[in-house]
Amino acid sequence: MTVVWIVAAVMITAAAAITMFRLLAGPNTLDRLVAVDTLIAVTMCGIGIWAAYSLDSTVTYGLTALALISFVGSVSVARFRVPDIDTPGTVGRQP
Amino acid sequence: MSVFDVVAAVLVLGGSALALTAAIGVVRFPDTLTRMHAASKPQVLGLLLVLIGAAIRLRGHVDVGMIILTGLFTVITAPVVANRVGQLAYREQNLRDDLLTNDELYEFAEPEVGREVLDDEN
Repeated sequence: MTVVWIVAAVMITAAAAITMFRLLAGPNTLDRLVAVDTLIAVTMCGIGIWAAYSLDSTVTYGLTALALISFVGSVSVARFRVPDIDTPGTVGRQP
Repeated sequence: MSVFDVVAAVLVLGGSALALTAAIGVVRFPDTLTRMHAASKPQVLGLLLVLIGAAIRLRGHVDVGMIILTGLFTVITAPVVANRVGQLAYREQNLRDDLLTNDELYEFAEPEVGREVLDDEN
């Protein structure tokens, strides 16, 4: 049973690490928004795995809070952000 | 180790694998629209699998209701975020023509849009 938790933790950690690469690389604010969204979902997966591993149910309230707050954050950024037109290569269809 | 624990372990492993798949998709896919696809669908399914596994492991507990609420909120809010991000990406033309097989928004969208359309919407 321990092997299962170790494998799950390794996969979640790898997912978070390579998502952070996209968060840093961009090249667009929308890409970074998508990466942050994925990172929060990966974090929620990690918290769920921790709850399943340790049989500790106090973190489930944090899960619900993360689900709601991440939604508010993503929609706010998508609504109020300024499109980054000046960055070369981000606007206009790429052939 | 009962049958429930085995089922929960399989669900948690599957959910972790789907989360890893979504992260690989976010890194590897070429434009914003496809990244949005990778970030919305396998990610939500993986999260739901992990939550179901955790709920099975925590069976009979009071706080299982919060896990169910989390899954419900995720299913409700993920399409909204994906819709907003997809529409913004299309409006700013952050997509590659050669990867589209069908462009149903083409007749509704202006080809040269950006700040003006967003300003008009405000």
